[in-house]
Amino acid sequence: MIRKNNRFGEVVRKFFSYLILIGLSAVFLLPFFWMLSTAFKTPDQIYKIPLRWIPRPATLDNIIKGWKYVDFTRYTLNTIFITVVGTCGTVLSSSLVAYGFARFRSKYSEPLFMIVLATLMLPTQVTLIPAYMMYTKLGFLDTYLPLLLPSWLGGGAFNIFLLRQFFRGIPRELDEAAMIDGCGSLGIFVRILLPAVKPALTSVGIMALIGNWNDFMGPLIYLNSETKYTISIGLQYFNNSYGTGKVNLLMAVSVVTVIPLIILFFCAQKYFVQGITVSGIKG
Amino acid sequence: MKNNRKEGGGRKRSAIVKRQNRLFFLYISPWLIGFLGLTLFPMCYSLYLSFTDSAIGDSGMWIGMKNYLDILSADDKFRSAIRNTVIYVCAFVPLSMIFGISIAMILNQNLKGRGIFRVAFYIPSICAGVAVTLLWGWIFSPEYGLLNYLLSLIGVQGPKWLLDPKWAMFSIVLINLWTQGNTIIIFLAGLQDIPQSLYESASIDGASWWQKTRNITLPLLTPTLYFNMLLGMIGAFQMFNQPFLLTRGTSGESATYTYMMHTYNFAFRYGRTGYACALAWILLLAIFAVTFVVQKSSKGWVHYMDE
Repeated sequence: MIRKNNRFGEVVRKFFSYLILIGLSAVFLLPFFWMLSTAFKTPDQIYKIPLRWIPRPATLDNIIKGWKYVDFTRYTLNTIFITVVGTCGTVLSSSLVAYGFARFRSKYSEPLFMIVLATLMLPTQVTLIPAYMMYTKLGFLDTYLPLLLPSWLGGGAFNIFLLRQFFRGIPRELDEAAMIDGCGSLGIFVRILLPAVKPALTSVGIMALIGNWNDFMGPLIYLNSETKYTISIGLQYFNNSYGTGKVNLLMAVSVVTVIPLIILFFCAQKYFVQGITVSGIKG
Repeated sequence: MKNNRKEGGGRKRSAIVKRQNRLFFLYISPWLIGFLGLTLFPMCYSLYLSFTDSAIGDSGMWIGMKNYLDILSADDKFRSAIRNTVIYVCAFVPLSMIFGISIAMILNQNLKGRGIFRVAFYIPSICAGVAVTLLWGWIFSPEYGLLNYLLSLIGVQGPKWLLDPKWAMFSIVLINLWTQGNTIIIFLAGLQDIPQSLYESASIDGASWWQKTRNITLPLLTPTLYFNMLLGMIGAFQMFNQPFLLTRGTSGESATYTYMMHTYNFAFRYGRTGYACALAWILLLAIFAVTFVVQKSSKGWVHYMDE
């Protein structure tokens, strides 16, 4: 008797599960469909009711016009620059620091690592304003330095924490074997440890990439010259009050800025999931 | 080079210790420099500034507690900023945890097409930038937006969403929940960490699905929940992008004016950096207090696997 009830309950549960998942997925993806659809519509089609999902005729005009509306090529190049330099800095810097914490004995190691963890809980406001003033005094305002320095000076407490965990999982015997072969500390780092944590490094890199590409507050505060703007800032130009804004241009340009991320995701799905998983659980 | 010889061991050992120390500091130097220069020093400087009337480009003079007193007594926007931010934190954090755990639990069953669902839930969180924020601005548009259009199809007149103070914060919570794909993934992994053997023995004892959930799943998820809740709260206190991009200067602003917006305005629009630093420190203390409380309470409800 109990068995039969369980099986019925199971079927009902599975049915509702599928229902919820399909419904929710649709809700999650719908905005993207709307974005795509609007991106290829001619202006007269946008506000038509009933809503047509597939534009007839479809036009590539929006992408061309939107791109020229502001200097989007430059914004994209700027964003790429920041993203590449920032991501490299993060990966390099956080792995070196994690190596220091993981492999070298010092009585300062524990307390300093506690400080690393403590900085995770710091709200940005407390350091943002004085940092801004400091950068102004140093003449770094309106350059990319304020955006890139944090990546190169430690690469983020999170990443240090993550990579340290991974380094600790690698047996010291490998280090010692390399030492006997004449490797110095840097050699051990480059030849033994780094290759062994490639998945974690990839995850760190991907998370840094997304963070840099989507960063808004940083460019907003530190960049003043229009020629230095990033995509995040540039998109604001399309943002009017919602009655008269050029929504089709905005959508077209948005599609172009979102697609690289989606492509990256499909290529590197495994590492995305891995990165969040480990960071979310190991806490 | 490691040295296992016993003779002259004392001298060699302290040389090794010294070397380890030197290399330790060498490798962590990027972080140390960054910490001292970009975290510790700015923090102390901002504490100092909070007691001055400094502005951008002007170091200002010491005015003691005046900023703090002004904030607490003369700044009416401050109260609304706190209210809105607290509302957001109290709404968003629990919702995002419940949402994440529920969907993760549903996904955790051996369903077909699990991978596709995972992709669908996760993609929004990757794209979480200005582009999708503006996209949602359009979806919430009262006359032309997708949401009100869909509602009209079922005969419901949608509200003005972001332009209506009663709905504006709700809209922003929705936007942020939409990008919570990573929370789902984290909880999914947490669920998969729970050994199947526990469920199997429970089944043998005749436990129902609900009993299993209440006594195995949820307790063993609490460490993950705790960690993510804490980080989620700290992030939620700093919410800025959506109000800045979507409701600034509109009728919805009063309901979505967050603490971060208030701080930003004083620092970069009114140029009163000393005042803004005081605001920042008040926030820091508030976060400490909340973190402390949650930390203390955690002993009551967080169960680690080795207990």
